[in-house]
Amino acid sequence: MSTTTEAPSKLAVTVPPARRPRGPIRWVRAHIIQIAAAAALFYMFLPIFVVVAFSFNQPTGRYNDKWVQFSTNAWTDFCGVNGMCESLKLSLIIGLLATLASVLLGTLTAFAISRHRFRGRSGINLLIFMPMATPEVVMGSSLLALFVTLGIPRGSSTILIAHIMFCLSFVVVTVKARLASLDSRLEQAAMDLYANERTTFLRVTFPLVLPGIVAASLLAFSLSFDDFIITNFNSETTVTFPIFVWGAAQRGTPPQINVVGALMFGISLLIIAVGQIVASRRRKV
Amino acid sequence: MSAGAALAEVSDKEPGKVQPSVINKRKLTPYLLLLPGVLWLAVFFVVPMFSLFGQSLQTGSFEEGYEQTFRFANYTEALSTYWPQFVRSFVYAGIATLLCLLIAYPLAYCIAFRSGRWKNALLVLVIAPFFTSFLIRTLAWQTILSDSGIVTTTLNTLHVTDVMRFLGLTEGDRLLATPLAVITGLTYNFLPFMTLPIYAALDRMDPRLIEAAQDLYSSPWTSFRKVTWPLSLAGVVAGTLLTFIPAAGDYINAQLLGAPAYRMIGNVIDSQFFRVLDYPTAAALSFTLMASILVLVSLYIRRAGTEELV
Repeated sequence: MSTTTEAPSKLAVTVPPARRPRGPIRWVRAHIIQIAAAAALFYMFLPIFVVVAFSFNQPTGRYNDKWVQFSTNAWTDFCGVNGMCESLKLSLIIGLLATLASVLLGTLTAFAISRHRFRGRSGINLLIFMPMATPEVVMGSSLLALFVTLGIPRGSSTILIAHIMFCLSFVVVTVKARLASLDSRLEQAAMDLYANERTTFLRVTFPLVLPGIVAASLLAFSLSFDDFIITNFNSETTVTFPIFVWGAAQRGTPPQINVVGALMFGISLLIIAVGQIVASRRRKV
Repeated sequence: MSAGAALAEVSDKEPGKVQPSVINKRKLTPYLLLLPGVLWLAVFFVVPMFSLFGQSLQTGSFEEGYEQTFRFANYTEALSTYWPQFVRSFVYAGIATLLCLLIAYPLAYCIAFRSGRWKNALLVLVIAPFFTSFLIRTLAWQTILSDSGIVTTTLNTLHVTDVMRFLGLTEGDRLLATPLAVITGLTYNFLPFMTLPIYAALDRMDPRLIEAAQDLYSSPWTSFRKVTWPLSLAGVVAGTLLTFIPAAGDYINAQLLGAPAYRMIGNVIDSQFFRVLDYPTAAALSFTLMASILVLVSLYIRRAGTEELV
């Protein structure tokens, strides 16, 4: 990811030599891709600005969709909304458990696929791809059909089962990608230096795969924490944070929801920044 | 799927041959590693598909219970009532996918070839907005497109809304509760699924190939059309699938940004399950959605000529 090539920067100023427009037109023509990319980034960040700005709003009505006046009430009285903090707590717990289970199962599966030859490989690959290619509404309703057929009551445990299921494929793909980029000669070198299989795994393979496992954990957690559709089908009366937001969208949206949105954005940026610093430190050492 | 069967096969065969136990253990290892994950997917992904299919053929009512009668007429009845929502879902998802491609391609190209040492930072910026909850982001669009908002009033003054109304994208002077709002939300929410695969494909590409094309006097447009685009096609195909499929099944955008007249098939499935409590119809619609997406996906792959999915 960090391989930066010098060559492309030269391409940035290629202008057809035939007819050279001058001034601003020339600049726009030379930077058309950068301009398009900047516009795309603006589109992507526009709602984030709105989320953060409206977390400091003091709405007069039930809906937080019109700017009234600046206030830090939502930040200081964070848990002042009935049921929101409870739903956040439940989402955090389910997210952590789903991450733990899906990373464990997914890492084992990824190792099997990239490190072993076995029969039925393409079938397994398809089975792992399918949950990522299936609309959530289909997965949610099919699980509901299963639980209804078997007479299993829905609640936190069925939500957890569903979350582990859809996180699993993403974990497998992420860890598999890391394993594929790994130089197998490092393991051979360890073996040549008389490390047994267990030592090689613990001291060479596992540390090298760890960044992939960390990335997979973060991905699994954010997928689980943010899931609404599949959860909604299998929750009955259990309220996770996305279900709370959905309900609020019909009843009235308190600015505290925006505080959570802003915090999620800030915390993930922080995690990424720390990750980048750790990675660059390691490279230096 | 066949892991269990293959496992039995291996353990049946091995004792017959004179082989050291180490090899026997090694041959079992991949199946043992696979077992928990594959079992989980089999029980909670594959089996539910069969329950869904089974439920779609039942008759009865929520109060008196459902009975398996293998009534295939559930499908024809459900489809003859809800085909407009099906068509609408695919049209909206198709437009959103196209818009995603138009927005994501220059962005991915810029990150891959024009960002220099800012590459990692830009990649983070592309993903970062999507760490905020899907629902909260969609609610933010509700605010942006609201009737008294700056976007709506500006477009009204510039008479852009008149053009959009003429195209059937909006209604009256409003932006919210129109197809335009739903498509904007869909495009926004699934953008990273398009950007990342295209970026991955472009990043794998050797930039010297473009230089070579230009050394051979090809114009920037020709070198894009003949070199860059074909080499990024795998990413475009993957991105298109990963955008179109969730967009076609989504109902959050249609619910929060649209109006009852612009319901998508996901809204219908949701309300059949939870409001109408007609499980067989809901299951039939859900299963049809799955089947039609499988057909579209395989057609697309055949036409685009790539097997490289993710």
